[in-house]
Amino acid sequence: MFGLNRGDTLLLLLVAILTALAPFLLNPFPEGSSLAQFNGGYPDLMQRFVIFGIFAIGFNILFGLTGYLSFGHAAFLGVGSYAAIWMMKLLTMNVIPAIILSVIVAGLFSLLVGYISLRRSGIYFSILTLAFAQMSYALAYSVLTPITGGETGLQPKLSDPRVLDTMLGADGTSRANLFGLEMGQSWQMDWNGWVFTFNTGYYVAAFVMLIAFYLSIRIFRSPFGLMLRAVKTNQNRLNYTGVNTKPYTLAAFVISGMYAGLAGGLLVAMDTQVGPERMFWTASGEVVLMTILGGVGTLIGPVLGAGLIKYMENILSKINEGLLEKWFAFMPETAGDIVVTVLALFTGKGWHLTLGLIFMLVVIFLPGGLVGGLIQGGRRMFRTGDRSADRKVKSNQTPPTSTPVE
Amino acid sequence: MEAILLQILNGLDKGSAYALIALGLTLIFGTLGVVNFAHGALFMIGAFCAVMLSRIMNYSRVIIDESRTDFLGNPLKVEVPYLHDWFGPEIGQTMIEWSVPLAIIFSIPVMWVVGYVMERGLIRHFYKRPHADQILVTFGLAIVLQEIVKHFFGANPIPTPAPPAFAGSFDVGALIGFDPNVIIYPYWRLIYFAFAALIIGAVFAFLQFTTFGLVVRAGMNDRETVGLLGIDIDKRFTTMFAIAACVAGLAGVMYAPINAPNYHMGMDFLVLSFVVVVVGGMGSLGGAVLAGFLLGVLESIASMSQVIEYLPGINQIVIYLVAIIILLTRPRGLMGRKGVMEE
Repeated sequence: MFGLNRGDTLLLLLVAILTALAPFLLNPFPEGSSLAQFNGGYPDLMQRFVIFGIFAIGFNILFGLTGYLSFGHAAFLGVGSYAAIWMMKLLTMNVIPAIILSVIVAGLFSLLVGYISLRRSGIYFSILTLAFAQMSYALAYSVLTPITGGETGLQPKLSDPRVLDTMLGADGTSRANLFGLEMGQSWQMDWNGWVFTFNTGYYVAAFVMLIAFYLSIRIFRSPFGLMLRAVKTNQNRLNYTGVNTKPYTLAAFVISGMYAGLAGGLLVAMDTQVGPERMFWTASGEVVLMTILGGVGTLIGPVLGAGLIKYMENILSKINEGLLEKWFAFMPETAGDIVVTVLALFTGKGWHLTLGLIFMLVVIFLPGGLVGGLIQGGRRMFRTGDRSADRKVKSNQTPPTSTPVE
Repeated sequence: MEAILLQILNGLDKGSAYALIALGLTLIFGTLGVVNFAHGALFMIGAFCAVMLSRIMNYSRVIIDESRTDFLGNPLKVEVPYLHDWFGPEIGQTMIEWSVPLAIIFSIPVMWVVGYVMERGLIRHFYKRPHADQILVTFGLAIVLQEIVKHFFGANPIPTPAPPAFAGSFDVGALIGFDPNVIIYPYWRLIYFAFAALIIGAVFAFLQFTTFGLVVRAGMNDRETVGLLGIDIDKRFTTMFAIAACVAGLAGVMYAPINAPNYHMGMDFLVLSFVVVVVGGMGSLGGAVLAGFLLGVLESIASMSQVIEYLPGINQIVIYLVAIIILLTRPRGLMGRKGVMEE
């Protein structure tokens, strides 16, 4: 189907079904129960799952296939966001032109950055991308304030021209919409205490993510994708055989930049505001974390990683000490106190600690990320082939991007 | 002229911090071949050594002074640090005021242990892994370390004053023939610069003039041959890692009075220090120091109002701009060696 082989079609269908049913799957606990804390099925979070999923899928096309570790991808997300918000301010609150423009602008910007940065490889490339991103951040914060709104950022205002909207006779009060369908609109279903929320914005973003996911599968399976993998394995050898790798890596860079721009545009479409902190290097670091956590170079890994990190950011950080005390009230006082004190370290404001620890454990013990670990574990459990097959998987997951200096 | 000179001086203290961190990074990279993203966290731990020591020294007991009353008319509660009891009020107070310089002594063993444990416990297992993995695992470690510090010391910056003897400013201009009060410079920053120069000199002398340094330099050039000669090079490289951790820690201790330590100061410095290392050339100690001072001074010159008038916003981006230009014109950085970090 759609030019995919059977396995990939199944994967795509599975992802499609999971995203479609996400409002049910992420809300497994009834409203008002003590476990309702863990429900992730509210619109804001679900939107973030899919949007950052797109961001990570795009990043994976660059890092997973070519091995070039960019530390500045948040710049493209930010540029996309600014482009989208300007489209909303000047033209129309319809999200389609905003998203299209954000992809185009981010693509052009990544063409410029990529053209310069890709002259170097290894850590030099990482530092160059980081430098560009930090420059964009600093400029958005200071000199470019007329365009970016500086520290306060940008939101649509009543006084904005919105040429297309005015021509069609709408007043300035409209919200972000898709031909009249408002992004913030939700429809709730109440079933025996379970409350499921279906949000227009989420489904729009999820639809876009499915397209993005489909495109990434096609890229992974194409001759172009094969060429990118060859770059990762051994760029020198490719150069010796007479292949100019620059157009391929640049294309991969621009594609992943466009994915980032798309994510930025969608973020603006969901909550119409943007600030420069979106481009700070920690945001670039976050997408690296997502991709690694889920599994570099795997199709579904980045989406899982993005989901996991955003879930932890929103759910784990909500668990405070009072809540923990309530949960462990059944234990004897001293033991309960100890448990609460220890757990409080890892939850609430300390959720970054959990993130750092999980991340370290994944890098140390599962170089292929969660998905790589699952595949490896699965093979070990249902060992059908011989040992060489196992070894082949292993070497596929951790191809040396560079030789350590001795 | 005066303004430029003043800005150069202003750039020196930040440049010193960059140079010290970059020196440590390069030591680790040159010896172990590991890209250590947790180095900023070591700098931060150093700064918090100063905070911790000043907290310990201020540890006090409460006595009730019957002769004085507070505004409600109750007897006044006076906190008396234990140091006052042990050493007498005068010496005790001096010790408290000098807590930052004293923290140098306190921080060296702490940083040594931290560095040693880090290398033996974690980094050692990553020699053979790709650079990307090393970056990622140390990045994770940096997050963990800074979260631990945040848990114990809170998220707000903690002011840690320098000894009052160094509180004032020094009239540099008068010394070299300018009008008085034109170029004045805080004492502590001058001390920081001198301290950084001392440490950098010590590290270079150690590598250049001791047998240990000779072996380490040989190992940096050709690890295998040194190993074949029957020298346990790994052990010495571990020591070098601990030394690099101490250098970062000392840079942090002395930086505490300049900028109140907070838990993410390490990350802020790390990003810039990496730019510094790359500009100086991966693996080149001299390059790291040179680039550190160069970028520090450039940054502060770019923040002069005359410069900003012509090129608005240049002060925010000058470091990155210079880094991009240098990397594109000199692929190995200012003083990089051939064959380091090139696939």
